[in-house]
Amino acid sequence: MSERAPAALPGEPKVDLEQGRAHGLAADEYRKIEQIIGRTPTYTELGVFSVMWSEHCSYKSSRRHLKTLPSKSELVVQGPGENAGAIDVGDGWAAVFKIESHNHPSFVEPYQGAATGVGGILRDIFTMGARPIASMDSLKFGSFDHPRTRYLLGGVVGGIGGYGNCVGVPTVAGEVMFDAAYNENILVNAFCLGLVRKDEMMSARARGPGNPVLYVGSATGRDGIHGASMASAEFDKESEAKRPAVQVGDPFTEKLLIEACLEAGRTGAIVAIQDMGAAGLTSSSSEMADRGGLGIELDLDLVPLREAGLTPYEILLSESQERMLIVAERGREAELQAVFEKWDLHAVVIGHVTDDRRWRMRWHGQVVADIPVASLAADAPLYDRPAAAPKIQPVRKPPSSEPHPTPAKALRALLDSPNVGSKKWVFRQYDSLVQSNTVEGPGSDAAVLRIKNSRRGIALKVDSNPRACALDPYLGAVGTVCEAVRNVACAGARPVGITNCLNYGNPERPEVMWQFIRGVEALRDASLAFGAPVVSGNVSFYNETEGRAIPPTPTIAVLGVMLDVSKHVTQFFKNPGDVIALVRTARPSLAASEYSAIFGIDGGPLGSIDLAREAALVEGLVAGAEGGLIRSAHDIAEGGLVVAIAEACFNPRAILGAEVELGRAGNADAVDFFGEGASTVLLSMAEGDIAEVERSFASRGLEFAVIGRVTSEHRLKIGTALDEDVSELMRIYENAIPRRLAGGD
Amino acid sequence: MKWGVVRFPGSLDDGDSLYALADVMGQDARILWHKDTTLGGAECVLLPGGFSYGDYLRTGAIARFSPIMKSVAKFAADGGLVIGTCNGFQILCEAHLLPGALTRNRSLSFICEWVWLRVENAKTPFTRAAKQGDLLRLPIKHGEGLYVAPEDELRQMEERGQVILRYVDSEGRETESANPNGSMRAIAGVANERFNVFGLMPHPEHAVEPMLGGTDGLKIFQSIAGSAR
Repeated sequence: MSERAPAALPGEPKVDLEQGRAHGLAADEYRKIEQIIGRTPTYTELGVFSVMWSEHCSYKSSRRHLKTLPSKSELVVQGPGENAGAIDVGDGWAAVFKIESHNHPSFVEPYQGAATGVGGILRDIFTMGARPIASMDSLKFGSFDHPRTRYLLGGVVGGIGGYGNCVGVPTVAGEVMFDAAYNENILVNAFCLGLVRKDEMMSARARGPGNPVLYVGSATGRDGIHGASMASAEFDKESEAKRPAVQVGDPFTEKLLIEACLEAGRTGAIVAIQDMGAAGLTSSSSEMADRGGLGIELDLDLVPLREAGLTPYEILLSESQERMLIVAERGREAELQAVFEKWDLHAVVIGHVTDDRRWRMRWHGQVVADIPVASLAADAPLYDRPAAAPKIQPVRKPPSSEPHPTPAKALRALLDSPNVGSKKWVFRQYDSLVQSNTVEGPGSDAAVLRIKNSRRGIALKVDSNPRACALDPYLGAVGTVCEAVRNVACAGARPVGITNCLNYGNPERPEVMWQFIRGVEALRDASLAFGAPVVSGNVSFYNETEGRAIPPTPTIAVLGVMLDVSKHVTQFFKNPGDVIALVRTARPSLAASEYSAIFGIDGGPLGSIDLAREAALVEGLVAGAEGGLIRSAHDIAEGGLVVAIAEACFNPRAILGAEVELGRAGNADAVDFFGEGASTVLLSMAEGDIAEVERSFASRGLEFAVIGRVTSEHRLKIGTALDEDVSELMRIYENAIPRRLAGGD
Repeated sequence: MKWGVVRFPGSLDDGDSLYALADVMGQDARILWHKDTTLGGAECVLLPGGFSYGDYLRTGAIARFSPIMKSVAKFAADGGLVIGTCNGFQILCEAHLLPGALTRNRSLSFICEWVWLRVENAKTPFTRAAKQGDLLRLPIKHGEGLYVAPEDELRQMEERGQVILRYVDSEGRETESANPNGSMRAIAGVANERFNVFGLMPHPEHAVEPMLGGTDGLKIFQSIAGSAR
């Protein structure tokens, strides 16, 4: 190599082991860097290594486990390894989708943290050439009693709306949970799905040495430096001081980027494209080059800057939002620049692809970083961290001597819980209609979207069940996948793909690592059982504050496809006189139930799950919907059967009632009424269709029972145990969140 | 009828408006770029919803200065039909092609939901396919839809029949809870004095297909299509 090795710039801090530690690198990691480059790294190089080797960017603790996840099926167009995964949804379309966490920034600065979470996941989708058509969010907040919860809720929901509404992508579904376990570490997991013609998908794999590299979008500022590192450490009392590491979003520029990138894609002049997300220019350039087995050389003097005086360190580590890096076909730069100019966006050539597999950065005429590119990406450290089941099992509450509340009192308390009650306060703040595809928006079990110029539709659902995962990280995660899949099937769609966001504590602690590994095993087993591969995902570790970890929280999003979207099913009862039935795979229990949480009782251990029966249930639901036999299907989740019946009565078009007998109703059994955990679906159908539906489920070995009838009277009656006014129940349900926000309690 | 749908940077319902007019209704509709200065022979210009130029300053405040708006203003002055939905309504108010202004919702938050509207004047080019007193069900989705105007002006507008749509409940009654954003006099849509410029906060383009929730938006587009000169 004729060029001189990079040297320290004037005024730069001295680089040594201590400086490495201050950058979050372990001692052996620092020594490995010296070994790789054969000298002491420059301050810039150290910064670059520290972010690329952070947990957030390198997946160093999770990679070896994630590899075990099933990622293939005849419908998989793109598995893990690109910006997002893709599944063939028919008629020439691929659905590109992924879910990602933005937990740490959202806790520090809820509005911008959540907003930029939405922005980041959108970019992962449209870099694949797909137009984003639907967003979802899974949110976990602390208890309403906690002083910060209302502020965080308002900020996060405002941020998701403020960004999502402004870029023209509908937010069609989501989940929100409140639990004291998240008081000091909220979760914000953002999902996006886009559609692209299967043969027009774009890639993040650089090709062609000599091809120019274009910087596109917003100018680079000092915001977000070390955001990736922040996401790779626990929180403590100093976390408030990390606000400058949270990026600031500009949804208007994002909207321009979406249109410009999709238009630029149609020129055919883009070889590769990647979002400058976590670790910004560094990660996008090194990962694209490494995927192609090539090198890259950039001139940092050409990078558009928001202000003068940024150092190479700052330019390379900035996480300023709404920026993309593009490898173009040589000679066609002007074509691309014309498109971006039309949308009033920067598009500047800042370097080129090389064949020497090195990541070389120039600034002010000298080389400031020169690193083997693979060491930043595929060859980043990989750990097999020790895992051990906790010695002490979760603390069980002593059996309560209090008598169970009456069914009516329990039902009212459950509907009033913010975890069960309506999330309308949240989703009313999101545009769920733009793009004219939303057949079922927020409020039913799964969202349903049509695909224009096709009979087909897709169903989407995001789910998690941290209370179950806290009892058993394997069974809880299996149950989470089953629940998400079942919700999609309730809508009448066949599950075809999964994406996951795995939120856990500090992986350096063996019991957290054990929870994580059990979660991944569960995801693998459930994915195989449903034939729905895991095509993309994200891991968020270090969800701890002052040494207290969140409960294991694998968030699972499922994509389902229906052949005829006009046959989709919702959770709401439709006609008085229809028959209400239950189909289930197991008996419910109070383990990890909302009932147990509210009334402070020990629900006992989780029941086992028979994945073959779960898959049979999904088949039966899809067959019933396709045959037009099922008028409503509602998955029984938080609050159990009686809450589900009430929710099915809350048809937004016209409230209905129900008359149900539960066998032992005289002897009110909280497990029958409010138990959860079992895979149970509440159905309604025309009287004349009972026999056929029953045959269909019986042939699949599933328990099917008629339990009552839909009525026009606005009353919910269960034997002699319960007789309540549905409008009154609905008022409680709709007021659960607003009354807590309004009240001073 | 020839329609021009303006695309500002940050427009969001431009594609949906085009889809409703061209794909669902079979009209001759095309996009007009904000940097253009001609309207391509359009007989009706539609300003769509969205956040034109980001709307960071004040909704519609930048869009009114865009090159295409000079042509739209001249077109309106010559009696051409102009309809603005949501952000389009905000832009028309900023451009003084319509009276009044749109400010932040009473709740201070964005609201997306289906609402009921009562047709207050069916003798306009925008509502002639409806009857006075008809109820329409359309979605709203906005953060700044609270309609305000000076009391004198409101009174005159009412007298001239410029208030075209009002928020009501499903029975057609004006109630506090049926007014989603706190608009003065529950006003959801207004016309200018010549009745050739119409702005409304609800989205007729999102109510044109039964599968997506309703078809009442067609009444407005059909009225306009039937008003071709």
